[in-house]
Parts: sequence; structure tokens; C-alpha cells
Amino acid sequence: MPLMNLRLARPKVIIDINRLARLSSISAAANGGLVIGALTRQRAIERSAMVKERNPLLAAAMPLIGHFQIRNRGTIGGSLAHADPAAELPAVSVVLGAEFVLRSARRERVVRAEDFFVDTMTTAIQPDELLTEIRIPGWRPGLGWAIDEISRRRGDFAMVGVAVLVQTDGSEVCKDARVALFGVGGKPARMPRAEGMLRGKTLDQKTLLEIARSVSDELDTDSDVHASAEYRREVGGVLTRRALERAFVMATEGKKI
Amino acid sequence: MSTRRVITLTVNGKSYERLVEARMTLADFLRSELDLTGTHLGCEHGVCGACTVLLNGEAVRSCLLLAVQADGAELLTVEGLAQGNELHPLQKAFHERHALQCGFCTPGFLMTAFAFLSEIPNPTEAEVREAISGNICRCTGYLPIVQAILQAASESGESSSESLSTPPARRL
Amino acid sequence: MPQSYIGAPIRRREDLRFITGRGIFVDDIKLPHMLHAAILRSPRAHARILSIDTAGARAMAGVAWVFTLQEIGELAIPVPMRMYQLPGLERYLQPLLARDKVRYVGEPIAVAIAESRYLAEDALDVIEVEYEDLPEVMNVRDAMRNEVLLFEESGTNLGAVHEISIGDAAKAFQQAEYRRREEFQVHRHTGNPLETRGLVAQFDLGKKELTVWGMTKLLHYNRQVIASFLKLPEHKLHFIENDVGGGFGIRGELYPEDFLIPFAAMKLGQPVKWIEDRREHLMAANHSREIGCELEIAARRDGTVLGLSAKIYGDMGAYVRTHGGLVPCSTAALLTGPYRIPNFQCVVHCVMTNKTGMGTFRAPGRYESCFFRERMLDMMAADLKIDPVELRLKNLIQPEEIPYTVGVTRPGSNPTVLDSGNYPSALKRALKEFEYEKLKSLQGRFENGRYHGIGLAYFVKNTGGLEPYEGARVVIGDGHSVAVYISISMLGQGHETAMAQICADTLGVPMDWISVFHGNTDQVPLGWGTFASRGTVMCGSALYLAAEKLKQKLLAVAGKHLGVEAVRLELREGKIYQKGTEAPPLDLSDLVSLVRASGTLNQGLPELEETAYFNSSLMTYSYGVHLAHVAVDPETGMLEVVKYLVVEDVGRVINPLLVHGQTVGAAVQGIGGTLLEQLVYSANGQLLTTTFRDYLLPSSTDVPPIESVILEEAPSPLNPLGVKGAGEGGIVGTGAALANAVTMALGSLGVEVTELPLSPDRIREWIRRRSANRSS
Repeated sequence: MPLMNLRLARPKVIIDINRLARLSSISAAANGGLVIGALTRQRAIERSAMVKERNPLLAAAMPLIGHFQIRNRGTIGGSLAHADPAAELPAVSVVLGAEFVLRSARRERVVRAEDFFVDTMTTAIQPDELLTEIRIPGWRPGLGWAIDEISRRRGDFAMVGVAVLVQTDGSEVCKDARVALFGVGGKPARMPRAEGMLRGKTLDQKTLLEIARSVSDELDTDSDVHASAEYRREVGGVLTRRALERAFVMATEGKKI
Repeated sequence: MSTRRVITLTVNGKSYERLVEARMTLADFLRSELDLTGTHLGCEHGVCGACTVLLNGEAVRSCLLLAVQADGAELLTVEGLAQGNELHPLQKAFHERHALQCGFCTPGFLMTAFAFLSEIPNPTEAEVREAISGNICRCTGYLPIVQAILQAASESGESSSESLSTPPARRL
Repeated sequence: MPQSYIGAPIRRREDLRFITGRGIFVDDIKLPHMLHAAILRSPRAHARILSIDTAGARAMAGVAWVFTLQEIGELAIPVPMRMYQLPGLERYLQPLLARDKVRYVGEPIAVAIAESRYLAEDALDVIEVEYEDLPEVMNVRDAMRNEVLLFEESGTNLGAVHEISIGDAAKAFQQAEYRRREEFQVHRHTGNPLETRGLVAQFDLGKKELTVWGMTKLLHYNRQVIASFLKLPEHKLHFIENDVGGGFGIRGELYPEDFLIPFAAMKLGQPVKWIEDRREHLMAANHSREIGCELEIAARRDGTVLGLSAKIYGDMGAYVRTHGGLVPCSTAALLTGPYRIPNFQCVVHCVMTNKTGMGTFRAPGRYESCFFRERMLDMMAADLKIDPVELRLKNLIQPEEIPYTVGVTRPGSNPTVLDSGNYPSALKRALKEFEYEKLKSLQGRFENGRYHGIGLAYFVKNTGGLEPYEGARVVIGDGHSVAVYISISMLGQGHETAMAQICADTLGVPMDWISVFHGNTDQVPLGWGTFASRGTVMCGSALYLAAEKLKQKLLAVAGKHLGVEAVRLELREGKIYQKGTEAPPLDLSDLVSLVRASGTLNQGLPELEETAYFNSSLMTYSYGVHLAHVAVDPETGMLEVVKYLVVEDVGRVINPLLVHGQTVGAAVQGIGGTLLEQLVYSANGQLLTTTFRDYLLPSSTDVPPIESVILEEAPSPLNPLGVKGAGEGGIVGTGAALANAVTMALGSLGVEVTELPLSPDRIREWIRRRSANRSS
């Protein structure tokens, strides 16, 4: 809508799908995860006890999105399909290993979050497809997580942000980790090298600093009026370090918020 | 070319039926078709909050909605807050706390606050600040607005015991 | 009923219409057969216009007219300068619509008028303009090389130069034991009132009279100029100010649209409405604050300042607007601030670039000069190892030196004289309220991942004066009814209430008898306007004079009626009492009825009204202190303002509620301006900050706890009320105090702030650069 008001987008036809009630729902998946209709309002997800119970990372991401007036109307599918590189949900969906259901008259297909985001505001959705459902895997016990962002003001799109998941093996050793940054390029940036550095290690200060450096080196960022590319690279590393620290504490202390 | 649609909606308890262009925003519809000019436009891209109204009980940006999307909906605008001559506690509190200067942002704040207090009737100061962080004011510096909302909340019920001078929570 | 209305925190009577959504802002005005205008604005920063083809637009259904400069023909004039008309600036005035050349993104080229704004914008889309691009000049340095000229005929991009010389700066620098030179820069930002500009113009074909709604700030002057442009007698134009969504200095100055819309209304014979959208506002309404300063200070080793030498560069944008050279000149004018600096030399440069033109924004030039000077003083304090507070106290002008003549610091003007003040007292009060002694230990301390710093800034601010007069008329009506008509405008400050308070106390009637009317050129025929925080000073004083005179007249008439000498009577709370007697009072409304009915009292003249003008070209000076406590995360550059204080002496307070409101509002605007706001241009002249997603305004979660303390220690001797203006003091010191605080916080990292804004990106860059310097 802002793009239309600014006359930057002039579609000939708009189809209002807001009334497709069937696409708005939050239900429990058999595997312990969630199935969320694309048209589910962000505010509903924010308030959902089931989401809080089954996916604390997703629940924590919601209040970071804009302001409550925006979340009253904004939908999860809308945010994902819009694919603003500075948005929280795309990165969270990548970290969670979510899957998206795309439906057209021809067929229905399932795309992994990681393959869904192509570039700035560009996704794998074909012109005749509609994103209908988001499938989120079950939460494993002992997961630590954190989401954080730097924005100029509360509710702004992030200059740089990170979402992490960490799993320990019951002791202090990291078994698995997922790290995705947002606000740092056209799409959420998974950090496989950093993730590799975490596996099988304890998260001590030295490792954390190495990982931060690795993230900063690996990031391919842009400059805009709010932050330079260098700032995003640097602070991406800092945020990742801080987020991993928190996630690790959570995992080892067995906290599930 | 744009097409026209007939829409029916209720605004402040009154029912309207109008023929509108599909591309007309809800804000423009309220202001120019229904002459309810209390809802203001400060940016037309959903950031300033001056256009906030209630749609089916939820606070929304009317500049980001098309009028046709409000077909069948119930709207509440600032003109519907007072009951006849009886001002709503929020309106009274804004006046008492000098929570307005030029008055242009005021309807948006009132509607945001109204929606917020309906959901959280006993907020802390930090919660109020957070709730209104999507509304811009250039004149007052926000502090009297926060105080006014807390005052209205306490008049309608019990308010939190947290002191009014508690600084806002910053995330980082 | 209060003893005195003046000084009481009376709630505003204006509020009712705003809290019920019944305010009438210009876009709320709907007239029969009203058409809507939209303006085609240049997408290029610097280009020749080869052709403009409006045929397609004119032919569209629903479009009434499309016009360019050509259709304005012989009427066309440039937008005039009103103030600070430095010689040379007249070469850079803005045409009403571009014809041969465009010089900034946003420059108006054509106007389309249609049945709705939607259709008018559709029409703009089909206007075809052919451009020949020219190289863009995007900063002062490049502009001054004069390799690419914005105005070929002028031969230069250096619009004007103005020099100030007080004392003997050269000698002072020769003798100085300490000298330091720095280059400072304040960033381009502006006021952004929440309501954008707008106009509704209606030309009555039968009476040949023009009515314009949406004008504000300078109704009388604007009317005079537009009347002259349209070749109509002034009194045939009615400029009506309705409710206004803030101004901050931006709104109300004459822009091309103020000529174009009335012109269109006259030609079409139908009302024409134009409402600016936010994107337009960011690229068309006045920009401000982008001032650079090469500053040098000379002092003794004990910290006594001997002299200042400065070169000031104002990035004026592509055209000189109504304010002429005001912003850079005002930067120079109060650069010495509240300090005893007997030698001051300054050269002001007004430089043209391919950006939107510059005009006043709340405390124009003062925010900037306060930043330059207070930063320099802190640097000096650090170099000489003197406590920054001690340094201020050492150099502040003492109360016994006041009135203090600074010297001639404004072009073609009388000397700057600080009229009244106790500067040390305000500083001591500020330190006490802030608990500075306790917090001092936090300077530079690293705690929980953040560095802490406390910054100080002292300011003086001119208020009142400038244009010489304002007027007020008081009329007593039937029943308990008193009307006050004032010549100034209301942009949200609460004059309807404050003026009623002044009238109530002076005249001697209950406040609820009084209604205040403003913003109509028919009501008070002569006046200047609301700017430089002069409203209460000038118009309040005029009102005081009118009310006082009217009271005397009423007492004289009452005296005749009662057979008593007027001096034995007094008017209180609407009743006339005989002093020292138990005689029952005469109700004023009874007196009024008598006067209106009878021809015998006072030779049949209805002495029930009085008009007065207050005249003063002298400025009063409010003053005060800003203190800021910040915490900075060195890894992310994120800054939190933990606590903020403004202490301001305004001489006398009419309504403390309003004064505190102004101070806190101004402080938040200044904090936002210093930390968040910036108008950013690309290298090829595109304005990158055209929405509120890019131009960031402070919101409720960006606001620290702010305390404002208002002092009345030094009333002004220059007006009968003793007031000084209170609208700007809250913003003046924000850049300086925050910059000083950040420098204190990051001192151990070697960071010394010389530029604004204080964004996380820049803070990180400063830290990065410093650590690179050290390791190399």
C-alpha cells in the first residue's frame, strides 16, 4: 500500500484476499510443530498461546515487527512474500527450517524457506502462485535461541539483525547451530561457516570472538542512508556473538521461555 | 481505469452506503466522502499514525487500507469517542495534561490509546510508551501524552503502581 | 477564581475542538465546485529544460487546467526575499515555476488542476518534460570551486559574504597562550510539522475578492506580497488562518505554491485546493541547519577566552528563499553566546548547491552556533585540564555587566545587547537539578558494556523584536463578552489561552468572559507574525497596552456615571469597585449597556474598544542550560539518552503549562534532530530521504526522561510584561549537550565529536578511525 500511495507501484488489478478465512489459522502439526495459514494476522500469532508453547523464537520475533497497528493487519504470509531484506520473519523462517506451501491452479508445491528467498523483495513465488501455508518443524527440547536487531528506533526495520538456534548435547558442547542474519543483503543470510565453527565446540569467549569475526568477514552487505556496509558487517558479527551467548546459556540451563 | 464499487459500512454507529473508486484509501473516504475530517493524514505511508482508526475493534492505519476493504466493517473514529457532550476519559485526560499543542496528531493518538486500553486496561508507563511508539507527535515530546493515557487508565480502573518517572526500557 | 491569571497553569480552551476531531485544518475545508491541484516536480537535481508538453494532461477527462510559467506571463515574479537581504543574494531567487532550468529535485515545473487529487496526479504522469542533464553540485566545497554554476549569469555559486568584526581578533590571537582550530559541521535537517503545507484559494468573481485559507505565520506580509503579484488591492485579499498542524519556522513563509494556487483560483473562477504530501514536503519545504564552521579560539592558559575567529558556510540549496541569508548569519550573530568574548571576527558565506532551499527551523543558526561553541569550549577545557563547568563560570557574563553590548553581529542592524540575565545562577541551578556532583563520577566510565558521559551546553536565544510591531484589539460586548483580536498566528502554542490570561489580568475581567480571535487579516489590519518566539512578547505586550488603555477608558466613563473620580475606581473580576468604600460594585455589563444605549455618557462615543500596537525592534534574550547523560555501546554505536535537563529563564511566565510544553517539545525535537534526522542526498542530487522510513522522527520510545525547569529571575526590561519568548530554548542546546556527552563518554577511545548527527553508524566510524590511528 505505501508503494501505491507513493505511486511507485501501479497495478492494474488488485485482488483482495483478506476475506479468505480458511487461510487464516494456527494449528498444531503432528510432528510437534505448527501449521500457520498465510493470512494469519501477525497480531494473532503474537497473542497465540500455542505459538508461544511450540515455538518461542517465532513468538519472540513478533513484537519486533513494526507497531501493533501494523501487526493488526499485517499477515505472516504477507511479510514473507514481500521479502523485505530487513524483515524479521524471513530470517526466522530460515533459521527454523520452515517450509512454505505454494498453490496455483496447476499444482501445489512445498518450498523450503532457504530456497524461497531469492533477493530483495524477490521470492520463488511464480506469477500464478499464492503462498497459502507455512509449516514449522517441531521444537526440540534443549534448544537455545535468540533474536536481536539494531534499528534506529523501536519498530523500525532492522539495520542488521540476527536469529540463532543452538542445540547442546546436554553438556556444554554445541551439537548443532543455525545462524541467519537479516538486513544484510537481498535475503536472509545463513552463516554455514560460522555454524560449522560452532559444532562440537563449547562456546567460550575465544570461540565467540572467532565466530563474530567469521560472520563479519563472510557478510556481503549494502550501504543505505541508515548504515554503511561496514557497519552492518561489523555489527552483524557483534550481534551474532551476543545472540549466541544468550542462546547457549539458555540451552545449557535447559530454559525454555 | 479504476472501477467503482458499492460499499456498506458502519462508522461511529451510523450506517453508510456509498459508491467508491476502488483505489480510494479508507482515510480519503472517511474525510472526503463522509466528511469525517477528524482522521488526519500526515504521511500516507503508514508511519506517522495520524490516520489511525478502529476497524472491527482493532487499531489500523486507514491510509494503508482501501475503502473497499472496509465493506461490511464497523469503524470507530475520533468523532465517535465522546458520548454526546460527555467526553471520553482519554479526551479529558489529554486536555488536563496538556497532551496536545497543534492537535494534528491527537485523533491518531486517541484512537491508538483507546484500542490499547481496551486490551490492556492497567498498563505500566513502559507499556504505554511502547503502545504509542507508532504515532508521531512533533509538538509535545510525548511525555504528557503518556501521562494522559495513564491517567485515563487509572480513572477507568486500577493503574499500575509503577511511578510516572520510570524511564522507558531500551532494548540495547 | 485565581488571584492572577498570569502565571497560572490554566488548561487550554483550544483543546475541545482538537480532542473531538473538530479542528479545521486546511485539508478539512470543502467548498462547492472545488478543484484540486497537484504539482509536477523536477526529478533531476540540475538540468536544462528543453521542452514541456502538457497537451496530453490537458486533454484528460476531469482535468480543468494545466499550466506552466508561460501561462503566468507578465505577472510572474520570483519569490521575494523578506529578510537578511545580503547584497548578491538577489541573483538566486526562485521562479514560481521552472522554465529554462531546474536546480533541485522537487522544483515545481507545472501545475495540474482536476476534479480530484487522484485525477490531478494522473495528469502529472502524462506531462512530458525533456531534460538535458547537467553536472550536480552537492556540497559547499565543490560549489565554491565554481566549476559548475547554478546560475550562469551570476558567475559564482558564492551567493554572498558577510563579515563581522568586534574588537581586535588578530591581536587577541597573537597574544594568546592557547589556541585551537577545528572544523565543525551540522547536518541538513528540518522541522517536519505533522501537517504538511496546504492552501485553499477562492476568488469571488462578483466582488473580485480573493480568500485564502492555509496561510499562517506572516499573514499580513504574505497578503501584501500576493496582492501585489495578482495586482489586486490589499484589502481585497482575505487571508484566514484556520487550525495549523505545527510550523516550527517551516510553514508560513512564501513558497511558489502560495502564488500558484491563488493565481489558479483567479483564472478558473473556482476554488482550488492544494495539499502537499509528505514526499513533496521533504523535497519542497525549507531545509535547514546545514552549516559548516571553521572555528578558532584564543585564550589564556587559565581558561579566559580572549577571542573567536570563525568562517561559516551555509549550504543554501539552489535558491535563496524568503529568509535570505538568515540561517548562516544567525549562526554568526550569537556565536559568542553568554560569554565575555571581546574579540570576535567572523566571515559568513552563503553558498548555492543543487538542493532544496534553506530557511528557518526552530532556533535557526542558534542550534548550530551553540554546537560549534560549546564543543570548542569542552575541547579547550580538556586541553587545559580545566573542569568544563569551571570554564563556563569563568567566562560567563556576570549579572552586573548586563545589559551587555556584544556589538553589531547582524547585518545592517543595531548592536546585539543582552538585555537581562543572571547567567551563573541558571548554570548553578541546572547543575543542582541534574544532581551533577553525584553523576560526575560517571564521566567516561565503562559499565555493563556501555560508556557513560555527561554533556553541558549553555545558550542564549533572541526572542521578540525582529519585525517592529504587533497589534491587538479588545472589544467589550454585551453581557459578559470580551473579544480579543490579535495579529499573530497560532500554530499550536496556545495563544488563545495565554492571550486571554493577559487580557483578563490587565483589563480586570474573569477569563471566561474572553474569546481570542486570531489569524484573519480583516480583524487586525496590520501585523507581522509568529516567529522567533515573539508571539507573547510582541502581541502580548500590544494586548497589554490595549487592555490597559481600555480599562482606563471604562473607568473614566464609570466615573462620570457614578459621579466619582476615575482614580477612586478599580475594575476587578468584571466589577467596578469604589476603592476604600463599602459601596456595592457596578457590574461591567451594566455599564456597557448604559454606554451603548445612551448618548449622554462620554459625548455619545462608545468607548468600548481599543486597538494598540507594541513596537520594539530590540530583542530580548532568553537563556539557559542543557545537560545530557548518555550511555554509548561502543560495539554497536547505539546511544541511549539516560537523562536530560533544560533550565531556561524566560523572564516571566504567562502560563507554566504552555511554557513547559514548549520546552519539552522543543527538547525532544532537538534530541531527535541530533540523533535520528537527516536529509540525505546522493552524489547525483537525488534526495534519498523522501519518506518517514528514511527521514526518522523521534517517537515515544526515543524520548528520555526530560526535566524542564523554568526560571523567572531576569524579566525583560524591554516590554511591559517583562516576558521573553519560550518556544525555542528547549532545542538550542540539544546538539551541543549531546555531542559533549558523547565526547565525554568515549574520551578514552579518543573520540572528539565535530559533526552531527550522532548516529550509530557514525559513532562506530569515529571509534574505528581512532583505533586505527592509534594502532598505526
